Amino acid sequence: MAYFLQQLINGLTLGAVYGLIAIGYTMVYGIIGMINFAHGEIYMIGAFICMIAFAVLGFMGIASVPMALLVVLLLAIILTAAYGWTVERIAYRPLRGSFRLAPLISAIGMSIFLQNYVQLLQGARVKAMEPVISGGFVLMRDGSFQVTLSYLQLMIMSVTVVLMAGFTTVIHRTPLGRAQRACEQDQKMAALSGIDVDRTISLTFVLGAGLAAVAGVMNTLYYGVIDFFIGFLVGLKAFTAAVLGGIGSLPGAMLGGLMIGLIEAFWAAYFDAAYKDVAAFSVLVLVLIFRPSGLLGRPKVEKV
Amino acid sequence: MTGAPLLALRQVETFYGPVRALSGVSLDVHEAEIVTLIGANGAGKSTLLMTICGNPQASSGSVSFEGRDITRMQTHAITRLGIAQSPEGRRIFARMTVMENLLIGTTPVGDAHVDEDLARVFDLFPILRDRTRQRGGTLSGGEQQMLAIARALMSRPRLLLLDEPSLGLAPIVVRRIFEVIGELNRNQGMTIFLVEQNAHHALALAHRAYVLANGEIVMEGEGRELLADERVRSAYLAGA
Ligand SMILES: Nc1ncnc2c1ncn2[C@@H]1O[C@H](COP(=O)(O)OP(=O)(O)O)[C@@H](O)[C@H]1O
Ligand SMILES: [Mg+2]
Repeated sequence: MAYFLQQLINGLTLGAVYGLIAIGYTMVYGIIGMINFAHGEIYMIGAFICMIAFAVLGFMGIASVPMALLVVLLLAIILTAAYGWTVERIAYRPLRGSFRLAPLISAIGMSIFLQNYVQLLQGARVKAMEPVISGGFVLMRDGSFQVTLSYLQLMIMSVTVVLMAGFTTVIHRTPLGRAQRACEQDQKMAALSGIDVDRTISLTFVLGAGLAAVAGVMNTLYYGVIDFFIGFLVGLKAFTAAVLGGIGSLPGAMLGGLMIGLIEAFWAAYFDAAYKDVAAFSVLVLVLIFRPSGLLGRPKVEKV
Repeated sequence: MTGAPLLALRQVETFYGPVRALSGVSLDVHEAEIVTLIGANGAGKSTLLMTICGNPQASSGSVSFEGRDITRMQTHAITRLGIAQSPEGRRIFARMTVMENLLIGTTPVGDAHVDEDLARVFDLFPILRDRTRQRGGTLSGGEQQMLAIARALMSRPRLLLLDEPSLGLAPIVVRRIFEVIGELNRNQGMTIFLVEQNAHHALALAHRAYVLANGEIVMEGEGRELLADERVRSAYLAGA
């Protein structure tokens, strides 16, 4: 029981981060009908900005952890969002209206470019960082095994919950969110209603990148090590989460993220940790066989 | 008609790839007029309305609004000048509520007058008031048409473009829609450019009318004049 509870906590933490990244995939797919293959690298950029910013703040002698954290988060969000904006401008916008595979190819090119760019600037070696937040609550003891919820895990979960709630509110209650959903449904009509479709698509990339930046910061703090290649696997899993939940669906991305995190944590705990990724992808395959549109996705064929 | 037109098209040509859909179209719509455009299916009526809104853009000729050249402006920017369209097929946002569809309509003007404008469109189409929380996709065809017009009105347009608002609707609903078009024009001085394939109602209502065939204006005149014209009667009013 104690062991189970600990895996639940670990899985939810992982899942929260996957969910944040999955939102970026799902929102971009919702509005332009394409997968942003550079999104994993956007997350990786967020992680690097986090690492660099902490180093700089440490150098400047800023000791207050909450203060430093806030500054790093804001910095990572703003800079990473700028990368997200640029990806759309370079890899997607010029190719709108060209054949369907063209933007996918350019996005994959973008993803390779960003990996190499970071590798050149930061080197290929794994970078490590001192823990910034340590300690936690001991929730339960069972013999020698104790269930802990670290402060960092608590922070990751609460920041994710707040962000997801905030994001859902923006999408459902604000003019920006309405414009976003209008563009998802009918761009021609959205433009006829006065919505700047290009700007809305840009903003979608920017918002997705902002959330990926937060995920990058969280995972960097959690694992303490990063390299230029981390975007690949994490991006793939977040993408899997988005498809599992139903690509295009916002609650689906959150649910899918949590499921992938939980599957991974429990598989690693009870079976062979080496196969945890296989487990996550297998669940995806199963879901797609029985529910091709994902858990919360809309069926493809719509009544007109 | 005296004074400068609110909307003026001059020698407009519009292409879909290599196919010319409009050739040498010139027409005027003056302030506070109802002007109708009739023509057979495929004549280019919808293309003409969409060209006014910049999607597709005219490849030659000019579209001007209040004396300003808007031929190369982007669609969303054109709406901010005060041009609203209820397009062919109504294009209701099916997964959004009726209220959200109406709020989307306010995009060009912001939400300063929302309550007042909502009250106004609910007065025109009381049925929408009972449907505000329902999804657009669940409305009947007539309700969707009302919503499409109401959504266009939420931007307080100076020029309202309507593309076949009567298409596929029951006669009683068609009558109500045409009544509203007349009321908007009489009571609020709204300028309306109305495209109709089913020409009888439209010609009866319009101050002036144009006939479009194969992308060209082939006839123009007062609404009642065209209604009485033999050629128009045989071509567009068969059975009416
Ligand atoms: N998106 C499009 N792509 C290519 N051709 C089109 C498109 N829309 C309309 N057309 C063609 O342009 C011509 C005019 O169409 P349209 O403006 O819809 O006519 P109407 O509204 O009078 O029925 C038709 O021949 C139609 O097939
Ligand atoms: Mg048409």
